[in-house]
Amino acid sequence: MQPFIHIDIASAEEVIPLLDARTRPLAGGTDMLPLMKEGIVAPERLINLKRATNLRYIRVADDGLHIGALTTLDDLERHPDVRRDYTALAQASALAASPQLRNMATIGGNILQQVRCWYYRGDFHCWLKGGDLCHARDGRNEYHAIVEQSPCVAVYPSDPPAALIALDARLRIIGPQGERLVSVAEFLQPPTAQRRSLHGLGPNELIIEVHVPKSAAPAQRSIYLKAMDRATWAYALVSVAVTAEVAADVLRNVRIVVGAVANTPMRATTAEALIEGQSLTEELIREAGRAAVADAAPLEHNGYKLPLTRNLVGQALRDLRGSSS
Amino acid sequence: MIEHGPQKTAIMLDVNGLTQYVEIEPRRTLLDTLRIDLGLTGAKLVCNMGNCGACTVLVDGVAVYSCLTLAIECEGKRITTIEGLSEEGSLHPLQQAFVQHDALQCGFCTPGQVLAAHALLERNPQPTEAEVVEGMSGNLCRCGAYRGIVEAVLTAAKEQAVTSKPGSGKTA
Repeated sequence: MQPFIHIDIASAEEVIPLLDARTRPLAGGTDMLPLMKEGIVAPERLINLKRATNLRYIRVADDGLHIGALTTLDDLERHPDVRRDYTALAQASALAASPQLRNMATIGGNILQQVRCWYYRGDFHCWLKGGDLCHARDGRNEYHAIVEQSPCVAVYPSDPPAALIALDARLRIIGPQGERLVSVAEFLQPPTAQRRSLHGLGPNELIIEVHVPKSAAPAQRSIYLKAMDRATWAYALVSVAVTAEVAADVLRNVRIVVGAVANTPMRATTAEALIEGQSLTEELIREAGRAAVADAAPLEHNGYKLPLTRNLVGQALRDLRGSSS
Repeated sequence: MIEHGPQKTAIMLDVNGLTQYVEIEPRRTLLDTLRIDLGLTGAKLVCNMGNCGACTVLVDGVAVYSCLTLAIECEGKRITTIEGLSEEGSLHPLQQAFVQHDALQCGFCTPGQVLAAHALLERNPQPTEAEVVEGMSGNLCRCGAYRGIVEAVLTAAKEQAVTSKPGSGKTA
């Protein structure tokens, strides 16, 4: 790790004037410090946000859930209201990383986690790092995208954001021009030639809160499932988040989000439309699974993600149907 | 706003109940501070990337990876390492249970395992086996002593339930 100046601040508002390309905020550090150790980023100044205690909270309000950006994944996993009313978010938090990492990692930092592609993390000047070539495209790509969104085939690695998209969550972001609100779905974007990053946060902006709107429907349910190559502490091979109003075997206002298949968590809108308001038969579930990967084109080593996605979508729908009460 | 570095700066750390004075650069991890500056080599340096758990220590009672923690951010917090667990020269019940169940082979991951188990039992004094497996999932053991580790944690939990008295403030 190269030397840096460490700055403590007392509130989030103090951060904005300090931020620039060489001055980065530090929250849980579980991604930032590995990136610095690997030499992928080398900020000259790090601003410790953790003493700004006004950013670690979970507030249940009439308009939904307000989560301070410094709330840890462990906080989310254990919060009784999150578990009951925003189940997918609690499940996604609990399935992320390891207990120690969940004690440290914050929701704001988790949303900004960099891809885990071994070429990006390794000693390759890949396209996402500003180079000309995505090495995974014709290299080792077991864990990579099956839906092409950009010249880079790395997948977005974090779990909670897929649940947040299914739950229609928004981010409160502060910057030099004040505050803006953006949905998580719009915030996470495939990289472009001009913006080699998987999100739309400016260099002098800071996420300060996640807002999950309260559903008007009392029968709203949600679920997050994650396929891993071992039972715990792995990145998703494929993940699925679904929210819906459940009545008997009928799902309404369905939102299906598939993770780890593209640069961003993806809405499976065709699958959603197929099952919307229909009696959820096994045949329909299979059809929805197929629709979720209709546009997919696997790379050399990740064809297994097709059946995995189909089946995981099916499993999530079956579980939700079974949760009707 | 308080600014430190990039040169060395003096800080005070509470490690195992003792106040320790160290001069460190902001980039110094808690793990390196414990091992190099304070000579506490119980926490181990293995992956240095938050993948293995061998560097696990407790900060304010919470299990964290000290390789991903900056020492400068630990001022004013209570740090517990494996060296601080035994009392008056006798093993902590968790350590005793590890011995009893042969929950190690080479022992390199053991300090991290014991501290992860300690944090788990503080939060959940009577865990199920599944909860122990999940709670210990942040610590790898390349000798594969997992079975013994799970049994050791379950045994320590049982003994803790027997020995702790109601109202003593201890979990039971």
